[in-house]
Amino acid sequence: MKIAVCIKAVPDTETKINLAGDKSNIDFTGVRFLTSPYDEFAIEEALRLKEKNGGETMVFSMGGAECTDVLRDALARGVDNATHLSDPSFTNLDPLSTAKVLAAAIKDGGYDVILLGQQGVGGDNSQVPAMLAELLDLPQVTVIMKLEITGNTFKAEREIEGAHETVEGTLPVVLSAQKGLNEPRYPGIKGVMAARRKEIAVKNAEALGLAGTIGTDKAPLKLKEMALPPERPQGRVLEGDVDTQVKTLVELLKKEAQVI
Amino acid sequence: MASGILVFLEQRNGAIRKASLEALSEARRQANGKEVTALIVGENVKALSAVANKCKPTKILVVDNAQFANYSTEGYAAALTTAIKTVDPQYVFAANTSMAKDLMPRVAARHDAACVTDVSEIHVAGDRLEVVHPMYSGKTRGIFELKSNVSFITTRPNIFAVQEAENGHHAEIVDLPVTADKIRAKVTAIHASEGQKIELSEASVIVAGGRGIKGPENWNILENLCGTLGAALGASRAVVDAGWIDHQHQVGQTGKVVSPQLYIACGISGAIQHLAGMSSSKVIVAINKDAEAPIFKHATYGIVGDVFEVVPKLTEELKKHSG
Ligand SMILES: Cc1cc2nc3c(=O)[nH]c(=O)nc-3n(C[C@H](O)[C@H](O)[C@H](O)COP(=O)(O)OP(=O)(O)OC[C@H]3O[C@@H](n4cnc5c(N)ncnc54)[C@H](O)[C@@H]3O)c2cc1C
Ligand SMILES: Cc1cc2nc3c(=O)[nH]c(=O)nc-3n(C[C@H](O)[C@H](O)[C@H](O)COP(=O)(O)OP(=O)(O)OC[C@H]3O[C@@H](n4cnc5c(N)ncnc54)[C@H](O)[C@@H]3O)c2cc1C
Repeated sequence: MKIAVCIKAVPDTETKINLAGDKSNIDFTGVRFLTSPYDEFAIEEALRLKEKNGGETMVFSMGGAECTDVLRDALARGVDNATHLSDPSFTNLDPLSTAKVLAAAIKDGGYDVILLGQQGVGGDNSQVPAMLAELLDLPQVTVIMKLEITGNTFKAEREIEGAHETVEGTLPVVLSAQKGLNEPRYPGIKGVMAARRKEIAVKNAEALGLAGTIGTDKAPLKLKEMALPPERPQGRVLEGDVDTQVKTLVELLKKEAQVI
Repeated sequence: MASGILVFLEQRNGAIRKASLEALSEARRQANGKEVTALIVGENVKALSAVANKCKPTKILVVDNAQFANYSTEGYAAALTTAIKTVDPQYVFAANTSMAKDLMPRVAARHDAACVTDVSEIHVAGDRLEVVHPMYSGKTRGIFELKSNVSFITTRPNIFAVQEAENGHHAEIVDLPVTADKIRAKVTAIHASEGQKIELSEASVIVAGGRGIKGPENWNILENLCGTLGAALGASRAVVDAGWIDHQHQVGQTGKVVSPQLYIACGISGAIQHLAGMSSSKVIVAINKDAEAPIFKHATYGIVGDVFEVVPKLTEELKKHSG
């Protein structure tokens, strides 16, 4: 079985976000990059599929130098090979352009299963997996919490509002991982050592057959600017004993805030 | 020339989601005199056009056949693609639900088009719309321009108001024949999760509990408050990871993003990843025994106190007012 995993390097969720001077982006000075949390579930599922069915795992990440660490981390966890999709034109891409780059890298690889996270933390778009499935002309199941693969068929459970849906079909398939799919392992010291010696393949736009076709200027979606959210007005802590506080709160919710 | 707005209305089990009516109402407000077309897909769903009609679309397209009884990405993508071909809209709107997040990016890629999900504000800019999409879990907002011939937008539930006409509006209702020739991933079962009657992302009031409630045996204290307020029950990740409650209740960066009118955080410290999921709530109430807890910086009203004392008293006080 051939399994591809797509992972994104994202700022640590603890990061205090500041804007760059020209508001075109966040200020990345001193920001620590990690694997997007949902992508860890995708990596883990790939490792489990290989353990069960044999085969080969490959991890892809598109972006700048920040990708190297997350790719190495995936190798340390046990993924066989890593490819860094890197090109000056792959900077600040929208979800569709991102999906186009990933599709170019994946399309001729003969993969049976393609795993992604259900959302890239930061961009928070939840778009790349479905776009990739469309570009590869493959079926998709997004936001999965459970996966069984038997022979060349899959059975996945996805989370929807107030229910779980079971979705079945035939491989190959594109899947996006939700929390709960599995419990990701952490890299052991041996894995970390081995990963250090591994080669990370690099592919640029030309190698992917995408020269001159990708870039922020080519996409129909433009990030005009980033802004900080409006400040919440200073709240207040209610005074008095518990009975008074509770009475005041109900009054305020009814009369001032008018939400009950 | 592409013009007007097509709105995909999500129905499950014979009901249109409230969030879809919000998207339709917002489309009406943004249409600026252009046509607004609603699309309903399913089996035996014709009667739902009466519900859609209240939000005054110009036209309602109904795709009604057994192939669409359950949602499938490829089936519904075929229906939406056919509707786009028929109407030639400048924008396609849908509510940002699990169905739309699965469907809209796929159809956007098919049209090589711009798509922005989870939109919290829409503005007119010249002859185009400009949208706001919260990024970095609400720590920043991206302002986006959508420049494709047809562009796709999903609206965050509970932000845009539903606007219904009293009566007298009669949208043109059109049957749209669609056959999906390729459905490779099929829904074979749907299991309702137990508990939660009100969907978290659409609830107008949420009562949420964190590690301060001490153990799963104490949820009943919060459930009583939920009952009195007609609220949904939310939770921090700490208590989900501890196994006190199912992940579907989790609010935050790796849970659900919610924007209710009222969010009551009980025994939740207010970690940045929790705030990510609820900081766009209209009113936030924090109940925490630690006056220094970060949640108080974000709360509209705060009570420094013990949840085991404050929450039952609050429930009683609210009962007095509603009774
Ligand atoms: C003009 C423009 C400029 C932008 N500039 C920035 C910016 O500077 N910084 C920023 O953070 N965002 C920026 N964005 C947001 C941008 O949409 C996303 O960063 C990016 O396209 C992927 O979005 P996401 O992670 O939200 O994708 P999602 O669809 O939420 O991602 C789902 C999954 O897709 C996979 N995936 C996503 N991206 C990659 C990748 N690069 N490599 C491998 N797998 C991936 C992962 O498995 C991920 O879990 C910009 C958007 C636009 C339109
Ligand atoms: C990548 C990543 C993603 C994450 N995603 C999420 C997410 O989606 N959602 C989320 O919630 N968290 C998330 N977290 C975890 C987050 O960082 C916090 O650990 C978590 O929110 C803490 O939960 P808590 O407030 O219940 O617990 P604590 O931080 O332990 O707070 C408990 C609070 O209860 C108060 N308390 C105790 N006893 C009482 C009492 N008797 N009466 C009143 N108050 C009392 C205490 O003063 C304290 O403030 C994420 C973390 C990471 C690293």
